[in-house]
Amino acid sequence: MMPAMFFVLVTTLFPLGLSPQPELLRTIAPGVVWVAALLAGLIGQESLFKSDYEDGCLEQLVLSAMPLPLIAATRVASHWIVTGLPVMILAPLMGLLMDYPTQAMGSLVLSVALGTLTLSLLGAVAAALTVGLRQGSMLMPILVLPLAVPVLIFGAEAAARAARGEDAAGALYLLAAMLVLGITLAPFAIAAAVRVSLES
Amino acid sequence: MDKYRWAWFHRFGSPPYVYRIAGLWAPWFAWVAGLSMVAGLYGGLWASPPDYQQGDGFRIIYVHVPSAYLSMMCYGVVAAASAIGLIWRMKIAHTVAVAAAPLGASFTFLALITGSLWGRPMWGTYWVWDARLTSELILLFLYLGFIALSRAYEDSRSGDRAGAVLALVGVVNLPIIHYSVVWWSSLHQGSTKFFGNDAEIQTSMLVPLLLMIFGFTFLFAACLAKRVQGELLERERHSAWAAEAVR
Repeated sequence: MMPAMFFVLVTTLFPLGLSPQPELLRTIAPGVVWVAALLAGLIGQESLFKSDYEDGCLEQLVLSAMPLPLIAATRVASHWIVTGLPVMILAPLMGLLMDYPTQAMGSLVLSVALGTLTLSLLGAVAAALTVGLRQGSMLMPILVLPLAVPVLIFGAEAAARAARGEDAAGALYLLAAMLVLGITLAPFAIAAAVRVSLES
Repeated sequence: MDKYRWAWFHRFGSPPYVYRIAGLWAPWFAWVAGLSMVAGLYGGLWASPPDYQQGDGFRIIYVHVPSAYLSMMCYGVVAAASAIGLIWRMKIAHTVAVAAAPLGASFTFLALITGSLWGRPMWGTYWVWDARLTSELILLFLYLGFIALSRAYEDSRSGDRAGAVLALVGVVNLPIIHYSVVWWSSLHQGSTKFFGNDAEIQTSMLVPLLLMIFGFTFLFAACLAKRVQGELLERERHSAWAAEAVR
């Protein structure tokens, strides 16, 4: 539950740090919710393979008859259910606190759902690359955040468009396209990264 | 005959051979770079007329465009070397990738700085969140991530392979990052047409610019050759040929 807590806390800091005017909060809400969701995804992501690496389970998984990319994909899915899903459920609540229009809530939730799944896939590649390192958690942000820029742009864009009463479909389709690309390619990158880490 | 067709390629797997070749080529690259950059700077700073809109301010183009071009080409070099290293398990290719990344980061930084200095008189501000500036900044972060990851491993071979996987993930992402940022905002001018009858740049400005691009490319090649030599010496410091080479 740490990522969800982190998500709520970070979002709360923005009205405190800027000002509680509803007009200001309404304009920055999509961006703030999205940046908080992005950072929350990063929390704890580096421990995705850590315990398996330390007790040798990861080697057994690599040696098992199941294809490693498939194992990686299921691992990412389970990770998303405990980190991304709570953030997705809390997103409308934080939207309310930020004076985000209620009729646009559906687009916000959908964009967070599609986006955090893609971010989980990206983060898993970085987690697999840094699993054997002591300073892995320091490296995670610089590895993941540059790659996460497109997700942030289109996620916040979809939420902002919906808030202005415009059609958010275009940005949501692009988010979905990135998720499809991530699902098809990332498991192989994760598998390659796990193999690299185990060889060291 | 057929048996030896790939012999030239296999020789590049040998560190002492690559060390020698890089040492032979580096001075030639440096000379070509120096001469064409002197010619390009003369043509750019003295021989070509001031721009009709930007006056003399446009002359920073002779540093800005070559470094921006190299910042991207260098990522191509890093990614291609990483792919070769992963596919054929070639240690030298990883050495080239690791040696090229800081150069790419430097050219990216140079492109950002010169662009910022150019933006101040022309756009009235040092920094705008424009598409190309932003994607160049993200490119810099990608380089720094690659450098940080490949240095983080104590064993250079694991660092190489981890960095290579990251570089390939980055190369898939680069076009997506670029186009997402383009759709997000754009103030930078569109691409200028350089060639053909409807070219948008005068020949007296084009020639020095091409000379500078050519010179920068060879400067990159010379620095890369020297850096590969240094990296090889460090990695092979316990071997006999390295001791021989530094004697």
